[in-house]
Amino acid sequence: MVNLEGKGGMKREGQRSLLEKAIEIILFVGALSSIIIVFLIIAYMSLEAYPALNLDFLLGWFWDPKKEMFGIFQIIVSTLYVGVGAILITTAIGVPTAIFLAEFCPRNVRNVIKPSIELLVGIPTIVLGFFGLMVVIPFIRDNFGGWGTSVLAGWMILAIMSLPHVISISEDALRAVPNSYKEAALALGATRWQTVKKVLLPYAKTGILASVLLALGRVMGETMAVTMVIGNPRVAWIPTSILDRAKVLTSTILLDWSYVEIPSMHYHSLFGIGLVLFFIVALIDVTATYMVKRGVIK
Amino acid sequence: MKQISTKNCTHDDLMVNDAKIDVRKLNVWFGDNHVLKDINLKIREKTVTAIMGPSGCGKTTLIRSINRMNDLINGSRTLGEVYIDGYNIYERNTNVYELRRKIGMVFQKPNPFPKSIYENVAFGPKIHKMARGKELDDIVEKSLKEAALWDEVKDRLHNSAFSLSGGQQQRLCIARALAVKPEIILMDEPCSSLDPTATARIEALLRRLSEKYTVVIVTHNLQQAARVSDFTAFLYMGKLVEYGDTKRVFENPQSELTEKYITGEFG
Repeated sequence: MVNLEGKGGMKREGQRSLLEKAIEIILFVGALSSIIIVFLIIAYMSLEAYPALNLDFLLGWFWDPKKEMFGIFQIIVSTLYVGVGAILITTAIGVPTAIFLAEFCPRNVRNVIKPSIELLVGIPTIVLGFFGLMVVIPFIRDNFGGWGTSVLAGWMILAIMSLPHVISISEDALRAVPNSYKEAALALGATRWQTVKKVLLPYAKTGILASVLLALGRVMGETMAVTMVIGNPRVAWIPTSILDRAKVLTSTILLDWSYVEIPSMHYHSLFGIGLVLFFIVALIDVTATYMVKRGVIK
Repeated sequence: MKQISTKNCTHDDLMVNDAKIDVRKLNVWFGDNHVLKDINLKIREKTVTAIMGPSGCGKTTLIRSINRMNDLINGSRTLGEVYIDGYNIYERNTNVYELRRKIGMVFQKPNPFPKSIYENVAFGPKIHKMARGKELDDIVEKSLKEAALWDEVKDRLHNSAFSLSGGQQQRLCIARALAVKPEIILMDEPCSSLDPTATARIEALLRRLSEKYTVVIVTHNLQQAARVSDFTAFLYMGKLVEYGDTKRVFENPQSELTEKYITGEFG
């Protein structure tokens, strides 16, 4: 440490460090506020949900507000059914698209495809819902029968919604593979597909899987578009076919909210649903983040 | 830099009628950048040929045109011919995958795959469906022995390749290239990221490899070129300035430019 006592710059040094401190504190408060908000929301939700939280709520088979039955088990299963199905479709389309964009696509073609995929992100979910109502539902009704409003319609709308995220994160993961690995494989006489299969995909697989999980979390929390196409029977049931209507966690909150009595068991149960949804999505996100971190270190 | 004339290019007539690699009037462009200009070069079988020159002179581009790795670069264009065993590899219906199997390549920085030592060496034989099971094990062992790495890794073949030192990784990359039974090995400054001891081991290995393979090595290290090669080519600004017996090129350079480079006046 240099002793600055008596030197001219001393005072100014002191002022600067005071300013530094102030800035540090402001930044810290900023960071803190976001944490506080998260905890406030969780605390408030927990408080409101508390009277409804018990095993009958989580594992109860029947949801029928008119009969004072608030079991959400079938709604949870329906939500997973709709979410996972949609993500399977997204993966089946999105991952090959990402591979194509990252490895096989000529630059000028990519310049057309990439912005259009990104444009998909900007479509408001309510507009997607309209599209579902006016195009997807009639299509399903006319071609496959049933009501049209169905699990299948939910899958299609949610797949469209999550596709751009899966494509761009997977593509980033593929592009993050060091070029030297690719060159090594090609110089050994590997074809482009062999290089993708044996070098790029193994290296990028954690990133791709994380993108799929993040999309799953997003899809399960999606409300508007899903509510518009999923059918929402008054009484919850586990759909028996993909043409069956379904009731998911988000749509239940949205639709029941318009007529719920405050306070009532129904009201507390809706908060309970919110809390359950929060934990499911948080669990998925944490898993995805953990996988990415582990993948990077590996 | 002083203006240096490249008019009086001098090449030894190596009197080779059956060159392993025969580069004829090779020109390469990257976009508008004319990187290689009318290169003519005959490389003999089972020798070490060094390509030296200052950075940016086109050395790397030249060896990458021998296994057509330049094809992978956006906006590259090649004119001219490269004959390997009398066959022009720039012929339209060339099977580049078979070509690259026949021509191994070792890069500037060791680039093993993030896999085990074994899997690195087995990678090539597997994609070319050359062997399986015991037979594959034999290829891996033989290649690692040829690359003088076997004794150091035989007890930990299934450890990650990243557990090896830089020099070992580079020898692993050589073993990986040898595993697909190539005839030519291209090395692009293989020692530039290695310490002197590791460099010495690779150089000794190089001499041994030339008993069986045709080796072309790019280097901007003059001493290395003098130590390891039988023939030396000097490249300057995309042109082949001098080519001949290494001893002759270093002791009695015909071109003023070569002499200046060797004596360290530029480079």
